[in-house]
Amino acid sequence: MIINLRGVRGSIPVPGKDTVKYGGNTTCIEITTDEGDKIIIDGGSGIRQLGNEMMKQLPVNCSIFITHTHWDHIQGLPFFLPLFVPGNNIDIYGSFDPVYMKDLKTILAQQMEYCYFPVRESELNANIRYNNLKEGEAIKVGSAIVTPLLINHPVLNFGYKVESNNKSFFFTGDYEPPLNIYQPDDNEYDEYQRLIEQQKQILTEFIQGVDIVVADCQYTREEYLTKQGWGHGTHDSCIEMARAANIGTLYFTHHDPTRTDRELDEIYQDVMRQNDLPPTDFHIAMEGVEIKL
Amino acid sequence: MAINHDQLIDMVDKIPTFQESVHRILALTTSPDCSAKDLVQVIEHDPILTIKVLKLVNSAYFGLSQEVTSVNHSVVYVGINTIKNVAISVATTGALPKTNKAGLNMNRFWQHSLAVGVIAKLLADNKGVGKNEQANYFVAGLLHDIGKVLFAHFIPADYQHVLHKSETEQIPLHQAEKELLGFDHSEIGAMVAEKWQLPPDLINSIKNHHGSTEQDQNPLSLAIYAANQAAHYLELIKQASDDDNEIALNMALDIDKALPKPVKTWLGWPLSEVSKWLSSLDEEIDKALAFIDLSDGE
Ligand SMILES: [Zn+2]
Ligand SMILES: [Zn+2]
Repeated sequence: MIINLRGVRGSIPVPGKDTVKYGGNTTCIEITTDEGDKIIIDGGSGIRQLGNEMMKQLPVNCSIFITHTHWDHIQGLPFFLPLFVPGNNIDIYGSFDPVYMKDLKTILAQQMEYCYFPVRESELNANIRYNNLKEGEAIKVGSAIVTPLLINHPVLNFGYKVESNNKSFFFTGDYEPPLNIYQPDDNEYDEYQRLIEQQKQILTEFIQGVDIVVADCQYTREEYLTKQGWGHGTHDSCIEMARAANIGTLYFTHHDPTRTDRELDEIYQDVMRQNDLPPTDFHIAMEGVEIKL
Repeated sequence: MAINHDQLIDMVDKIPTFQESVHRILALTTSPDCSAKDLVQVIEHDPILTIKVLKLVNSAYFGLSQEVTSVNHSVVYVGINTIKNVAISVATTGALPKTNKAGLNMNRFWQHSLAVGVIAKLLADNKGVGKNEQANYFVAGLLHDIGKVLFAHFIPADYQHVLHKSETEQIPLHQAEKELLGFDHSEIGAMVAEKWQLPPDLINSIKNHHGSTEQDQNPLSLAIYAANQAAHYLELIKQASDDDNEIALNMALDIDKALPKPVKTWLGWPLSEVSKWLSSLDEEIDKALAFIDLSDGE
């Protein structure tokens, strides 16, 4: 399969001279299987350009998996041209929001309400099928199997594993390893810690030996001190994940919008100087990079 | 058929106290830095709330692959934010008696209450009310008509007459209540809210949602008044367009025209404008209704 990073930025697109190298578009990952099946994870602003390219060969058939419906993961969808063209077949997958009792279709329809956007959801002319995913429910897309796992973020967030022809890929979506809500001297601290370890173990087993992981790494260790509970990972948390699950290659993504190309390079070099890194290949996720597996 | 003040107090007495836990959850969740630990403690100290939260998290709505066995587990699994929202819904809607003895359509009751809650919260947001205060707007909307439930529950036969009178004479329910019972649901609703020791603003917004907005110009009261009228307005407009009903259309326009001046000023637009950005409301409310059925006890 081929993995194409179409957007690697968190929170908001940041075009400009300081983001030319790594890119300013928000989250979107394109995966093409050996047989040519198209899987897209998330519809951040990076999906717009992808859509334009896909329009060259009609009809478009693809499956879009949404990790969660925070704005930076869906804001490009109304600009994904294949949605407007009759004859295209597009499957959209994501979690039902049990708190607000909204399914994906409702959320996307609201995104396209008239006051925000000049086209209504009902005017999208492609054959669009919305599918509410349950955790662990494996979806077959051509030769690939896509499986969602719920991992911690302020809203329900699916990490997706894509497997095809003995190759595997995992994207965390937005993920912050759960924190203990108790103090070490509280009675419940140990029990809570046990639950956290159990939850982490589930993730570790789920991605054990995966070839390529793209993981949320919005903050540095120092920044994280004041951003705990905001729902994002750090280099440390990504490295820990890679070590535990014997990951071959890991890309740090969801770059903070304030981060310049230079800062990304500097921080990366700093992190790579650490002593006890696992044998994983670590990279900074870069828009436009094509990873062949 | 008229009831006296003692009977009214008697009904309020019979309503179970708003569990301590519900209070504490509302208080906690309206404070900006609600600690996860405190929230878990409050839920865990109330066995019924705990069961309901776990039941909901383990339901098909969440579609989790592991079974959640404790409140702590639920927080690790789906996150504190989600559990907080689940607890608020379960706690507030679970506090009311389930009734339909008088023929009060409970489904429609909740639909309307939720509509007012959601609209009030949207209006609050639009008016720049802080996020942490918006929960009060939602709760006030959700509870504004709870007096109806008390009447239907404790004096079902009398209330049936009231409902009938309002329907056949095409007069507002609170007017029929006043004429037949001597009190209306906003008065008894406020008494319950007082018993539940809800914040004074919230009590007043329930008390005055049909009353005089000249004296009570608290934003919460204005929002509940406006949201209640907006909900009625939207319902009539829908009726008008569904079956080309001119009477319904005129009634809707009348509601808009009859908005008291302070409400109109606070709102800044006529309801016809407000309703434009509430287009997804129906769908949202239908879905939230499922939530309430679920939290319906064992
Ligand atoms: Zn994000
Ligand atoms: Zn997010």
